[in-house]
Amino acid sequence: MDSLSGLALGFGNAFSLVNLAWALLGCFLGTAVGVLPGIGPALTIALLLPITFSVNATGAFILFCGVFYGAMYGGSTTSILLNTPGESGSIITALEGAKMARNGRAGPALATSAIGSFVAGTVGTLGIAFLGPVIVEWALVLGPAEYFTLMVLCFVTVSAVLGSSALRGLTSLFFGLLLGLVGIDLQTGQPRLTFGVPELLDGVNVVLVAVALFAVGEALYMAWHHHAGKQEVLEVGRLMLSKEDLKRSFWPWMRGAGLGFPFGVLPAGGTEMPTMLSYYAERKLVDPKYAPEFGTTGAIEGVAGPEAANNAAAAGILVPMLTLGIPTSATAAIMLSAFQSYGINPGPLLFTQQAELVWTLIASLFIANVMLVVLNLPLVGLWVRILKIPVPQLYAGILVFATIGTYGISNSVIDLVILYTLGVVAMFMRRFDFPVAPVVIGMILGPMAEQALRQALTISQGDWTVFVTRPGSAIILGLAVVALVGPKLYGAWSARRA
Amino acid sequence: MINRRTLLAATAGLGLAPGLAQAQQRFASIYMFVPANPGGGWDGLGRAIEQAARQAGLVGSFQFENVGGAGGTVGLPRFLAQRRGRADALMVSGSVMVGATLTNKTPVSLQNTVPVARMTDEAGVIIVPANSPIQNIGQFADALKANPRGVSVAGGSAGGTDHIILGLMLQKLGRQPREASFVAFPGGGPAQAAILGGQVTAGISGWSEFSEQIKAGRVRALATTGERRIDPAVPTLKDSGIDVVATNWRGVFGAPGINPTQRQALVDLMTAIHASEGWRRILEDRGWDDAFLTGAPFEEFLTRDRADTEGVLKDLGLA
Repeated sequence: MDSLSGLALGFGNAFSLVNLAWALLGCFLGTAVGVLPGIGPALTIALLLPITFSVNATGAFILFCGVFYGAMYGGSTTSILLNTPGESGSIITALEGAKMARNGRAGPALATSAIGSFVAGTVGTLGIAFLGPVIVEWALVLGPAEYFTLMVLCFVTVSAVLGSSALRGLTSLFFGLLLGLVGIDLQTGQPRLTFGVPELLDGVNVVLVAVALFAVGEALYMAWHHHAGKQEVLEVGRLMLSKEDLKRSFWPWMRGAGLGFPFGVLPAGGTEMPTMLSYYAERKLVDPKYAPEFGTTGAIEGVAGPEAANNAAAAGILVPMLTLGIPTSATAAIMLSAFQSYGINPGPLLFTQQAELVWTLIASLFIANVMLVVLNLPLVGLWVRILKIPVPQLYAGILVFATIGTYGISNSVIDLVILYTLGVVAMFMRRFDFPVAPVVIGMILGPMAEQALRQALTISQGDWTVFVTRPGSAIILGLAVVALVGPKLYGAWSARRA
Repeated sequence: MINRRTLLAATAGLGLAPGLAQAQQRFASIYMFVPANPGGGWDGLGRAIEQAARQAGLVGSFQFENVGGAGGTVGLPRFLAQRRGRADALMVSGSVMVGATLTNKTPVSLQNTVPVARMTDEAGVIIVPANSPIQNIGQFADALKANPRGVSVAGGSAGGTDHIILGLMLQKLGRQPREASFVAFPGGGPAQAAILGGQVTAGISGWSEFSEQIKAGRVRALATTGERRIDPAVPTLKDSGIDVVATNWRGVFGAPGINPTQRQALVDLMTAIHASEGWRRILEDRGWDDAFLTGAPFEEFLTRDRADTEGVLKDLGLA
């Protein structure tokens, strides 16, 4: 079956009143769980699994897709308003998004993320429908050596968030790398830096660290510097995108979607790397007129790009699941187990043997995407009212929200101890002008880079030249060098000409 | 809203009606603790038990909690501490946890729980990418014997069942298990991708994870690791002259501090689930091997399994 007739069949199936109701319910639930830092789409779908005993496969998968896409939308809302990322793909969104919200631009930030999510979700879903089977074969060509060099490339993005002092920024980065070491080492099965605490065996959750550093640290710092008697309320400003905002958002959306989808397809890709690269790209490509907004009052490009990258990557993650039956994320794994409840064994033949189901699923992704933007845009006005709460109460609320959400990750008291310990650390980091974003970048990339490096070296029997003799990794390494020294060389070159 | 409510009502009706006719309810509710994330093998077993028990009307409702990570050793202490003495609590576990408690040197292990029943058993399979020059298990064994470092093998976490199988094979081939070039991947997905993409020489994993890829001709199955053949065309390691039998068993365990009568009630429940028509269909659909075992034989099995696992892990330098 070719893609077009497949889509036609899928839309025919999905457009029934019952299925649309499932999609709406899924989008609603997904948005709700995306907002909470602790609960992700995988857990929500797991909780919904019993419905597979009595609802037909089409209805159930439409519901699940709604939850999955909805969570990607919801995650950015709290990133922007409360500086509290709901899931790891929204961490980078908080960098500029929260600054925009603090400077009276919460409305445009939420709007650009909602529309950007829609644009990228549509691009990504088109990618699943038309490129899926082809692109996944390319993705399989990349091995641990290429992944390691991809992460080297992503490390370059740290330079965009280092702040005024490289020494302070790199100290933060190494603190993040240290946090990333906690837990059982995958290659040897031995625990590292766990101090006999079983909760630490699985490492420290990156969303937890982001919430601690961004939200708790900021709240504690505000409390430290708050002057009693002064009732401050943040400015809310206009809600929708101005023509200028739209113009500034368009290319970041496109670049973000273009970066995100292929990373999502990669079996070890995920949503974090493309959001980092997109942020770096937007910061370097931004019109010099707006460049000072980055890191100060918040630049809309820095929200539009990463949000688009996040949603396109989320769509890409479904490609290996649908075309090869390989679960590359927790959500994909739980969806595959739902297939099994229906006696369908997902594998490379899924597309041909279950064509009707797969195309209905893809069609329902389009429908969920439209529903979500319709659902979320009017909500922008409602959401920004949160910021009308006076500052002390607002930050108290953020602390309560961060605490509840963190406890929801695994109902563990140890997590709360980590949250507040790191929150206090982050408060002092703010006081002494250490940037917190490199901590999160180090923590995400460090463990992935370490595992990929050791996997690559095990395969090559300890031969380090593998990173330059494999064409893929050599090209990526070259790109990393260009990204690192290119802007400086270009700057020097244009300075000499001027 | 009416639509949703009717559907939910229909859900409840479908779940209970046939069951009430078949058997009497043994438990009003069961608290099922899964020390792994949703989507994995343990989670699948827990939810399959729910499906069969509810269809047969044996249990009114199930409450699930997933606490994943580190081969179940993050969740295990939580289950032991929070569910002590609860007669309606079950934890899903299996051979992975036996290995993980040994390599992580945790202060608690499955010995602190009350064994209820072993339910399923899954053999591993050794596969190579479809375009690999290695055609059969004999050639693979020769390559391993000649230079284990040159034969990279992908699998799950270090010290897990896949790693143990490779270690046992090297032992039987007269090499040191420590010479293994084992490449650990987090979870089945990335490992499958590395094997399909030919990034490694071979891979070891559970049969069910690869059965569809084998059927589709994307990978070649060299041998399975159970006592009996799963696919008549694929020999077992034992058939091929490598005396290794290692499988990934899964079962359920009760909370510490329950009395023998309460334990017997859980064993009776699992026996009834095992005897149900729904369970038989699930085993068939999922391709799981029935490995039902309770009481003293199950306890003996556990002691033996722990000793065997510890021996191999010591040889691998992990315990």
